[in-house]
Amino acid sequence: MNEPVIYELSAPGREGVKLPHLDVPASDLPTELLREELPLPEVSEIDVVRHFLRLSQQNYAIDKGMYPLGSCTMKFNPKINEVTARLPGFTSIHPLQYTNTAQGALYLMYTVQEYLKEVGGFAGVTVQPAAGAQGELAGVLMMHKYHLDRGDTQRDTILVPDSAHGTNPATTSMSGLRVVQIPSDARGNVDLDALQSQICERVVGLMITNPNTLGLFEEQIEAVVKMIHDCGGLVYGDGANMNALMGVMRPGDVGIDVMHFNLHKTFSTPHGGGGPGCGPVGVAEHLVDYLPGPVVTIDLQLSEEDAPFFNFYQPAKSIGPLTGFWGHFGILVRAYTYMRMLGAEGMKEAAEHAVLNANYLRSQVKDVYKVSHDRLCKHEFVAEGHFDAAPDVRALDIAKRLIDHGVHPPTNYFPLIVPEALMIEPTETESKQSIDNYAAILRAIATEATDNPELLHAAPHNTPVRRLDEVSAARDPILRYQHA
Amino acid sequence: MVYLPHTDAERRQMLQAIGVETIAALFEDVPERYRYPALDLPDPLSELEALQELRYLSDINLDAIQSPMFLGAGAYRHWVPSVVDYVISRGEFATAYTPYQPEVSQGTLQAIFEYQSMICDLTGMDVANASHYDGATATAEAVIQAYNVFRKKRKKVMISAAVHPHYREVVRTYTQGLEVEIIGDEKERPISELLELVDDQTACVILQTPNFLGELEDLASLADEVHTRGQDARKADRHTLLVVVTNPISLGLLKPPGDYGADIVVGEGQPLGLGLNFGGPYLGIYATREEYVRELAGRLIGKAVDVEGKEGFVMTLTTREQHIRRARATSNICTNQGLMALAATVYMAALGKHGLRQVAELNYHKAHYAADRIDALKGFSVARAKPFFNEFVVRCPVGVSELNRYLLEDVADVEIIGGYDLSRAYPQRRNQMLVAVTEMNSQAEIDMLVDALAAYRSN
Repeated sequence: MNEPVIYELSAPGREGVKLPHLDVPASDLPTELLREELPLPEVSEIDVVRHFLRLSQQNYAIDKGMYPLGSCTMKFNPKINEVTARLPGFTSIHPLQYTNTAQGALYLMYTVQEYLKEVGGFAGVTVQPAAGAQGELAGVLMMHKYHLDRGDTQRDTILVPDSAHGTNPATTSMSGLRVVQIPSDARGNVDLDALQSQICERVVGLMITNPNTLGLFEEQIEAVVKMIHDCGGLVYGDGANMNALMGVMRPGDVGIDVMHFNLHKTFSTPHGGGGPGCGPVGVAEHLVDYLPGPVVTIDLQLSEEDAPFFNFYQPAKSIGPLTGFWGHFGILVRAYTYMRMLGAEGMKEAAEHAVLNANYLRSQVKDVYKVSHDRLCKHEFVAEGHFDAAPDVRALDIAKRLIDHGVHPPTNYFPLIVPEALMIEPTETESKQSIDNYAAILRAIATEATDNPELLHAAPHNTPVRRLDEVSAARDPILRYQHA
Repeated sequence: MVYLPHTDAERRQMLQAIGVETIAALFEDVPERYRYPALDLPDPLSELEALQELRYLSDINLDAIQSPMFLGAGAYRHWVPSVVDYVISRGEFATAYTPYQPEVSQGTLQAIFEYQSMICDLTGMDVANASHYDGATATAEAVIQAYNVFRKKRKKVMISAAVHPHYREVVRTYTQGLEVEIIGDEKERPISELLELVDDQTACVILQTPNFLGELEDLASLADEVHTRGQDARKADRHTLLVVVTNPISLGLLKPPGDYGADIVVGEGQPLGLGLNFGGPYLGIYATREEYVRELAGRLIGKAVDVEGKEGFVMTLTTREQHIRRARATSNICTNQGLMALAATVYMAALGKHGLRQVAELNYHKAHYAADRIDALKGFSVARAKPFFNEFVVRCPVGVSELNRYLLEDVADVEIIGGYDLSRAYPQRRNQMLVAVTEMNSQAEIDMLVDALAAYRSN
């Protein structure tokens, strides 16, 4: 049964939660500025609880089962993170209160910066960016400003591999720069010849995801970095796939000049149905002065014995602030908690097991599903969702049929360079049983595809709604509740 | 080994299935000299120890539960009904991803549809998106939308100096690579004077009400003036866009910007049931008119019908977005503030039509009570040239940082968190404190502040 839209539960005059009485004398209201009506719903508290609880039951979530969306790193979100993020000294402090009254918060921000510097091999980190995409924007703006400050004003081009996330080219456009796409080679790496052919003095830099979205480590990463640096360009690392390398390799060591981390992927903070994320950015020494401000620094330490004093600091050539205040502090508390519980060894083990799980799942299905490249993968791999014996079955059908079997589908139709892509990232927190179960379902669906393809075309069968007509929805969009 | 479920036996079976001896062998494509760096990080903690450490860090901060707070300036302490955290704590909402598979995401999708509907109702606009990161980035996205509406031909953006100073900075960060010229906020000036600068090269005008100083701007007939001055010479229906930044709680009481003819309404959604959280995560409210929906950035949820004719919800008009359109997308935004938008939806539902009005009135009356009492103190005066909502400017006999230090340290039995020092953003506004009062400030707290200020005079 569909849950009504909350407006449909409304009854004129019904009141929700109670507010305190006015305990001061009332003043005159500015009558000419007052609104006449406010058409919000009128429901009771129990209506609200039941409505949203019933809505929640229509969602799939990590807490329900395996959610192997490629490049999204749907790992377990530890529950202690939610407890620490709700401590009153974090939730009830104001971003503009004096820093001497928020030293615990600033210490936490500073320490997250320091840990990420260490994990990424960077000289500086800002925790301000609100999401990975905003981290990218920060990175590209910094790279461009760096060149402009050196009088390199002709640079206007960002090179982006064809396997890149859509945010990379979108960020480039938003920064006022030109995108040039670089193809991949037969092993799934950036094609070095194609890259070489685009090298020129117009290059601001390259944006590269490593492991890339095929789940493959860029085997020529050193050569790629050198090629870009030799022409005066900078290398941006898209840290979306850092869960494969945390504690195993530091991108900064390989010469990545700037990279964003996704705390909502690698560092276990919940995705929240599409946010809030958090996208801190790490940079090499030559970009430290360009970081979006403010960053947290140790302001004054009189001697070794004195407690350090933490304060906000504006980097000298900063590209400027990215958010209204200091970014997603509440997410930093969760990520900090996670990092404290893992330590260096735990981080390395997380990455190792993420890669173990992906390779294991790949080994269990690759005789049935074509996998994009015959190499060891990292934290994810891309299978092709089509079968010779069932020519009209598509990746979308497989994805929808997975839902019938009670699990969440992988990312489909991305990366764009693999036909009928199913991009699968199990993450380290899934057990062998859970992965075996997923493999068995994928294998069963491959059999169903040939035996009974209609089962796949019509899937899903048992969900609150079945396949929705997205084309009509976009042609005649209804984007809000229509009041009677 | 925290959060890793495998036993040794399972690990061996898995390695064998893959055909490698060790886990390390899975990383042989990583250049050897970079492999397995020694990381200088502290030893891992157990859950108990981690909680103790985090509690300590939390306790060091001075929070608004222990202390009366009169600080606003874009982030406000409001009462959050218990039901809000109950709903957003549910794993089905918190641990879901972006609703790419609508059949198993109807909960998230319908909740965002309800959010969009409530934001439209609140602002008086046709369309609201699924949210931006915060009020500042929503404002920056409004500038980019206006720039795109005119196909990048109109390059002038007018912004009032009474718009939140941080928002003005973020607008400049976002547009530094574009050929946009941002003017108008070089000095504080009346809106009428600002509007004289609007012409047919102006993409948008950005105003805020209640503005950063807490004042309510009179928007009546203003949209007409912006539209007339900024009309395209050839296309009569093309004109400069009026962008209004607002506080959603104030809209419980005040006429919505849509009624005044605003083209884009943005605002900080934090007051709608989100905690202060030291600045984030917050919620960027964004609403516009139907005619501009194709240039709108960010996620939109729409109604759809399934193969059996049943109604449901999907992400729609996605060809505007980065994962489809890549370099030609309207923005690079990929997420929205999903869980924060859900919190705001639950908040608005729980308070409803009457509750939101009541909250707004409590804010209004308490702020005016505080202003009246402070205004009566010797040496202090309140700027009252324009009406205000829940925040107002107090002219003080001394510097605000000095006064705030006194409120925090020198008042018996209480640490009062005073207002915002306006000289931080407006150097000419020396000795001016921006004081915020919400429903959280009891009469006793307000009186405590007033008495403390009175006592300061006599010191």
